[in-house]
Amino acid sequence: MQNSFFNRGFQRKRPAPTGHVLPPGQYETQDFPVLSAGPTPRIKPAQWSFGLTGLVQTPQQWNWQQFNHLPQQDFTVDIHCVTQWSKFGTVWRGVSLDTLLDAAQPTAEASHLMAHCYGGYTTNLPLTDLRDGKAFIGLLYDGQPLAPEHGGPARLVVPHLYFWKSAKWIQRLELLSEDAPGFWERAGYSMYGDPWKEQRYRDDDEDLAAQAP
Amino acid sequence: MSGLAWQLGTVVAITPETPRAKTFTLRLPHWQQHRAGQHYTLRLTAPDGYQAQRSYSIASPPEQTGEVAFTVELIDEGEVSGYLFEGVQLGDQLEVRGPIGGYFAWDATPQAGPLLLVAGGSGIVPLMCMLRHRQRSGLRNPTVLLYSSRTPEEVIYQQELTAMAQADPSFSLQQTFTRQLPAGWAGYQRRLDEAMLGEVLGLLPAAPQCFICGPTGLVESAASTLAGPLGLPASAIHTERFGPSGT
Ligand SMILES: Cc1cc2nc3c(=O)[nH]c(=O)nc-3n(C[C@H](O)[C@H](O)[C@H](O)COP(=O)(O)OP(=O)(O)OC[C@H]3O[C@@H](n4cnc5c(N)ncnc54)[C@H](O)[C@@H]3O)c2cc1C
Repeated sequence: MQNSFFNRGFQRKRPAPTGHVLPPGQYETQDFPVLSAGPTPRIKPAQWSFGLTGLVQTPQQWNWQQFNHLPQQDFTVDIHCVTQWSKFGTVWRGVSLDTLLDAAQPTAEASHLMAHCYGGYTTNLPLTDLRDGKAFIGLLYDGQPLAPEHGGPARLVVPHLYFWKSAKWIQRLELLSEDAPGFWERAGYSMYGDPWKEQRYRDDDEDLAAQAP
Repeated sequence: MSGLAWQLGTVVAITPETPRAKTFTLRLPHWQQHRAGQHYTLRLTAPDGYQAQRSYSIASPPEQTGEVAFTVELIDEGEVSGYLFEGVQLGDQLEVRGPIGGYFAWDATPQAGPLLLVAGGSGIVPLMCMLRHRQRSGLRNPTVLLYSSRTPEEVIYQQELTAMAQADPSFSLQQTFTRQLPAGWAGYQRRLDEAMLGEVLGLLPAAPQCFICGPTGLVESAASTLAGPLGLPASAIHTERFGPSGT
């Protein structure tokens, strides 16, 4: 009954141009704006390596060649930058964080991560936000190797959080037993960055504390 | 709440309340008793499968068994309110799920103490449910409703509220108008403020339970004034905000 039920004469009122919903305070952009805190580091693949360290049972270190031999997947995701642009349906190829974390086996105490990047940038994330297909290390964007200004050769992508959490020029993920602020977070940005709750700045985090189980 | 199933209610009455508000009464196959202040989720489905969901407070008291009434204000360009206004007729079916919500709810128990209700616009709906529930229960706990409207024409349930206040000295109806006044109006004619809230609070013999519902701005300012300068404990203040909802 429910599958066949419809309301006579009802139709979508505002055809969403791309079929996506914007988080509050965001506007849609078709291009891919670049925002960085400093000059773009240019890392040659031969110099690049990526590691999982800290509270893991088996610390991991992959060079470019090894990393590219890990199973890769395609991801089509919407991304939302704290500077208020959103971009719908971006297409990536990369390695799921599930694959990487399974290899490293976080210890029972591991609850958070600090992402460390070439160039010194850092940002913090809860471990659960990288699990279950929610995050990946992106290698190709739109079928092309990731450009340096977008974090190439490889960047972290966590699409459900504001994009400053998707650290460019990723070098290492350090697993920690508690949360600690990264680069923008120390400058007053939200510790979590949920676009749907508009957690842009630390002041916006009050409801996080209220919601903590 | 997540266990609640969708059901198809049948529209058995459509009552115009104001030029921009209508009450839709639905007979439900699986009616479940609600608490005054709770709401339902209404889901519309287009022939192509597109769906939209919105929340609507229950206007009818829990004593009105077998059916629920929702009073919906027409929002300019509103997807769901627009359809309800133009597309729904007696005998039509609407898909709903509820009752939902436990925090913004009031029960007419014999122990119920003083009650302060503050409404803006269609925020009157869940408060009216409380007032109807209180009336049906024969309760006489001291109660004040402070209701802010832009114009006399936009006041929802005016006749019923006036009659309720006339019949029951323990209920005081306080209204304010922000844009246009009724003829010969001698009451409040401004937005809610500390002085006004202090006066209505003074009509009650003791610190009340407080329910505030309406547009976000009104709810924020009333709640922070009552909890701040007017000194009500935050735990006694319940709020519900009717902003535009995303999906
Ligand atoms: C707990 C709860 C109880 C509620 N109870 C009631 C009640 O009893 N009565 C009642 O009338 N309402 C109630 N509401 C509000 C109700 O849920 C709806 O938000 C309201 O009916 C408007 O829905 P709509 O689909 O008509 O408007 P929407 O289509 O959601 O639009 C709302 C407004 O936002 C604008 N808008 C939305 N999307 C866009 C866009 N993409 N571009 C430009 N403008 C846009 C529209 O122009 C419009 O002004 C309640 C809300 C909650 C949370």
